[in-house]
Amino acid sequence: MKDTVEIRWHGRGGQGAKTAALLLADVCFKHGKNVQGFPEYGPERMGAPITAYNRISDHELRVHSNIYDPDYVVVVDETLLEAIDVTAGLNPNGAIVINTTRPKEEIIPHLKGYEGKVYTIDARRISEEALGKYFPNSPMLAAIVAVSGVMEKDEFMSQMRDSYQHKFAKKPEVIDGNMKALEMAFSEVTA
Amino acid sequence: MAIRERLSGNEAVAYAIKQVNPDVMPAFPITPSTEIPQLVASYISNGDIDTEFIPVESEHSAMSATIGASAAGARALTATSSCGMALMWELLYVAASNRLPIVLTLVNRALSGPININCDHSDSMGARDSGWIQIYAENNQEAYDNFLQAYRISEHKDVHLPVMICQDGFITSHALANIELIEDDKVKSFVGEYEPEHYLLNDDENIAIGPYAVSNYYMETKKGQITAMRNAKKVIQEIGKEFGAMSGRSYGLFEEYKLDDADYAFVMIGSAAGTTKDAIDELREQGVKVGLLKIRVFRPFPADEMTAALKNVKGIAIMDRAESFSGQSGPIASELGAALFMAKSEAKVINYIYGLGGRDYTVDNAKDIVTELRDYVEKGTEPEQYKYIGLRSR
Amino acid sequence: MSNVIDYKNITESSPWQDITEGNQIYQAATSVSFKTGEWRTNTPVFDSEKCTQCLLCTPVCPDSSIPVVNKKRQDFDYDHCKGCGICAAVCPFGAITMREGQ
Repeated sequence: MKDTVEIRWHGRGGQGAKTAALLLADVCFKHGKNVQGFPEYGPERMGAPITAYNRISDHELRVHSNIYDPDYVVVVDETLLEAIDVTAGLNPNGAIVINTTRPKEEIIPHLKGYEGKVYTIDARRISEEALGKYFPNSPMLAAIVAVSGVMEKDEFMSQMRDSYQHKFAKKPEVIDGNMKALEMAFSEVTA
Repeated sequence: MAIRERLSGNEAVAYAIKQVNPDVMPAFPITPSTEIPQLVASYISNGDIDTEFIPVESEHSAMSATIGASAAGARALTATSSCGMALMWELLYVAASNRLPIVLTLVNRALSGPININCDHSDSMGARDSGWIQIYAENNQEAYDNFLQAYRISEHKDVHLPVMICQDGFITSHALANIELIEDDKVKSFVGEYEPEHYLLNDDENIAIGPYAVSNYYMETKKGQITAMRNAKKVIQEIGKEFGAMSGRSYGLFEEYKLDDADYAFVMIGSAAGTTKDAIDELREQGVKVGLLKIRVFRPFPADEMTAALKNVKGIAIMDRAESFSGQSGPIASELGAALFMAKSEAKVINYIYGLGGRDYTVDNAKDIVTELRDYVEKGTEPEQYKYIGLRSR
Repeated sequence: MSNVIDYKNITESSPWQDITEGNQIYQAATSVSFKTGEWRTNTPVFDSEKCTQCLLCTPVCPDSSIPVVNKKRQDFDYDHCKGCGICAAVCPFGAITMREGQ
């Protein structure tokens, strides 16, 4: 793993891409890393395209710009593929992770000739199976951890259980569902 | 042993407020500083602190109530951004001229228009002549540390001036990042209890605050005010050093990064300084001697100290994240330019306006600036000395 | 800021070093020492023979220059009376008349 891993998230307002970026920063922080997690802010509207970023490093992070040459890109909503140049600047030695129901072959033509690895995951099915509702951020979080290797699965799962126990202290019934979504995403994300 | 945490800049300042437990906080919400009063209100409702929170109907009232509370003898503060601070305008001057040790935690945001919620320094730079001490942060850590030092400075007997603690809207206020927190007991003993000498709610002394001053008194009063501002330079450095002894992080009027042997220097404020440091490291690897002077304290303006630190550089990029509409420079460049002239500096200077309304500032921007500065110094090119960077142009 | 700054020591010829922070004043009722009586161009004259002690004059005086002792008004406080004449206008018994000059 190189010194600083840079990740860019593309999602739509309300889908939790910003939350997922903050959760990723959080879990990597617990793993002992230096982290940044920040959204690009504008008028916040449900459904509008939004971008969020992560930097994860063993060193102190001083840079405060957006990320233009990410190592990884996460696309939380595949309808963005039409509207946004999601692979812009993406490192060919990195990867893109896309939430889609479609096979990879149908997705690749939208990626402007990106030569790196393309991973897909059906976060909708996972979320609906595990949680009974469509919250794509938990499966996408697990998918990017699996793809980027920023931390080992066992540690990730145990840190996330801690986080959920804290976050959902008042509704513990959703913890197991979220853990199941993470588990499924980890094993289902495919290149 | 410091506490390793991860907090956004707003969370960091709110946590510092919790640790200080001030007496009164009147506030009115505005993006991107809203989270600060919101988090403080949560601390209060959870019983963590006993600060009196006053929900007011506007920022004008927020600063008015803060002034009233401070005059009454309370340790008072408020938080705001941009247009919110603009609505406080006349009260900023009242707070400063009444010599009240108020702390305002400002999250810098462009001051309309066009209306915009993102970062630049036009709000605080517009208030640079209001008589407030201004201290700026590069990141969440500095925002936290600066807040913890604020009351020590404002309440110091040689100062008695309000302090504005500034951080960059969204860029640091909403970015989750690592931070080292200080234990509650250490913070408590560092900040200390507030024991005002004169205050309105003192049963044993009748006082009047803010009386009218006729012309025969006004200038003498103002001289006292600027003397306190000048005194603040020494006080800020002493407290920054004492803070360092406690936390391991010392602070002065500005930070020098690889400036000792530098031929070229950036002078700037805020989060973009961190980005510039990364660019400097890259350029240093290529053998270019570049450094940075990051201004922490803009009021009082450390003119003599800065010109001394810059005396050996050949080229200076003065970076302004605010326009002043003089048509010849941004606010830092006009003041530092004058200071360099008075110090008989022969350095070549270019003033760059960058990052207005949240426009991103990148490592590549910084490298381009150094290229232009080197051409100016080494090849005698004559670039515009006041220009925009990161601007689309035909 | 010193604890013992007496406002009487601060005058329009005081150097800036002697002016309090923000012109703060650390005593009460300091207006007593400010003799506004010299501003007077007309002077009320009190006739105690005609006065019935109805005390209508006292509350209308803008400068609190009609002292009352044991429910009885006394002669004017000419150190502070500015000669506005409101007391003379309000008196139903002709006990206050205005005289030109100090």
